[in-house]
Amino acid sequence: MNVIVELERPLLELEAKIDGLKKLNETQRVDFSAEIRALEEKALALKIEIFGNLTPWQRVHLARHPRRPLALDYIAKLDGFVELHGDRAFRDDPALVAGYAYLGGVPVFVLGQQKGRDTKENLYRSFGMAHPEGYRKAARIMRLAQKFRKPLLTFIDTPGAYPGIGAEERGQSEAIATNIKLMAGLGVPIVVNVIGEGGSGGALAIGVGDTVIMLQHAVYSVASPEAAATILWRDAGKADEAASRLRLTSEDLFEFGIVDTIATEPMGGAHRDPATTIQSVLEVDKQALAQLVKLSPEQLIDRRYEKYRKIGAHEEMALDRAAR
Amino acid sequence: MPTPNWLRRRGARPQPSDDKLWEICPSCGDRLFIKDLEAKLRVCPKCGHNFRLPALDRIALLADGDFDEIAENLVTADPLRWSDRSTYPEKTERDRTKSGLLEAIIVGFCTVDRIPVGLGVMDFNFRGGTMGGVVGEKVTLLIEECARRRVPCVIVTTSGGARMEEGMIGLMQLAKTSAAVERFGTLGLPLITILTDPTTGGVSASFGFQADVIIAESGAAIGFAGRRVIDQTIRQKLPEGFQTAEFLLEHGQVDMVVRRADMKSALANALRFFTTPVAAEFIRPTPAARRPKSKAS
Repeated sequence: MNVIVELERPLLELEAKIDGLKKLNETQRVDFSAEIRALEEKALALKIEIFGNLTPWQRVHLARHPRRPLALDYIAKLDGFVELHGDRAFRDDPALVAGYAYLGGVPVFVLGQQKGRDTKENLYRSFGMAHPEGYRKAARIMRLAQKFRKPLLTFIDTPGAYPGIGAEERGQSEAIATNIKLMAGLGVPIVVNVIGEGGSGGALAIGVGDTVIMLQHAVYSVASPEAAATILWRDAGKADEAASRLRLTSEDLFEFGIVDTIATEPMGGAHRDPATTIQSVLEVDKQALAQLVKLSPEQLIDRRYEKYRKIGAHEEMALDRAAR
Repeated sequence: MPTPNWLRRRGARPQPSDDKLWEICPSCGDRLFIKDLEAKLRVCPKCGHNFRLPALDRIALLADGDFDEIAENLVTADPLRWSDRSTYPEKTERDRTKSGLLEAIIVGFCTVDRIPVGLGVMDFNFRGGTMGGVVGEKVTLLIEECARRRVPCVIVTTSGGARMEEGMIGLMQLAKTSAAVERFGTLGLPLITILTDPTTGGVSASFGFQADVIIAESGAAIGFAGRRVIDQTIRQKLPEGFQTAEFLLEHGQVDMVVRRADMKSALANALRFFTTPVAAEFIRPTPAARRPKSKAS
């Protein structure tokens, strides 16, 4: 169960009451505006109480909120999206959506990890966890972007690459490794949007970019909190503890220089106003692209190299302590 | 074999604790004297099981006897101020004692059968061979230096993946090392990886599987998701021999499976082939190789 859905229930009830009163106010002769104002103040206080100080684990749930806008919700707001299917080798993977569209008149190739809204959709989309054939479809799109000199726009929303027998048999590691290397060498602008949940190499496989934009309440981590807890403590039940240690919020990653821009969300999260959120994210994308298209392929590749070259955490130990 | 000079130089480093006299073979259950085991390249004389090989032993196995280490004093800066049952610096301190190394990889230059190469060797005894900022930096430096010296690059992997204790900085090492591999690839020099037990997660999903030739050591567990993660996530029953080197060969994921005793000759063979010119006038730099690179390469 999503903890945010539970937390925000009283708020939704209050908001429903306010809406009801507003309707009455319009149709009846009695003036309810004082009551409405009072309830609105109460709602605001409640909003601040609920969303003002979320723990990292609650933020993971906010990023996984069932009504949060998904990749295809963003892609639908691009102009003239056409989906391209298949890896030309095995099958079409619905967990990773690919195609082309226009953003503010600019032709772009598009990739996005797509989760489902309900159990049926989630089974179809593998909960947004792509198989190797999904990543190989993405690789095909990356090569098209390179060949036809079109920018690449990606939307990250996955707990990670699919961990299963078929995925391993067909080379999940190789598929992800190839994409990360391909993106490092693409001579076209790459704009990455972390819209919900970014987990592990499965996210990074469409996530190496010139500009990485992260939604305020999205999370992005080295492994999903569940997988991290399994790896560290052999217990997926300690995911909340892992979430609190992994430094996976947009503020953390901006501080580390891993994220270039944070796209703000409405109070309480993107799901409270999807239309505005999507518009503002696409606006940031448009601005990022406008800058990047001015750079030559060589400049883009060199700039991207330097950007990732710098991300690290090492220091030199004094030679006497290193005891050569 | 006689101790090579570079290995003797390391005498002042902390030594792995050697109070144990014997080890149990996890494959056949035989009780083996460690001394006998070391004499046989840590391969079980009874069933052929490969015990994990410390990085220094692996270098001794592959290099001709001369190894010039680079970036040897890099240590982690603990970017997350991580702490669970113990702090991250406490963990790495223990790993130093356990492995005798400052980090989970040694990188440097040597010859293999008289062919000059850059060689990186990971060590599972240090944080399970995981890749954090230091491993990512050392792999990148190795590849960049191979590019500068125009020599092939060989990396022996053993790794649980990206290092959790460095969070996203660990994950970003996949992007950093991959960018170095991508750039190296424009020079017409080979990258060869030797995947040993175990190689999973972020290391297999970056340079591990980006090589021109991928060699797997026999019996090694290799994959993306570790068994525990697969089990906890999808609860599928895993087939016999799943994610072994032989399983990967059968599924077309690696070029060859090689036994430890044959590893040096297999590596030297590949290096010799890739570095043998057809004819002097046939070998021209590719256009990408002529392009001036930025300072980092």
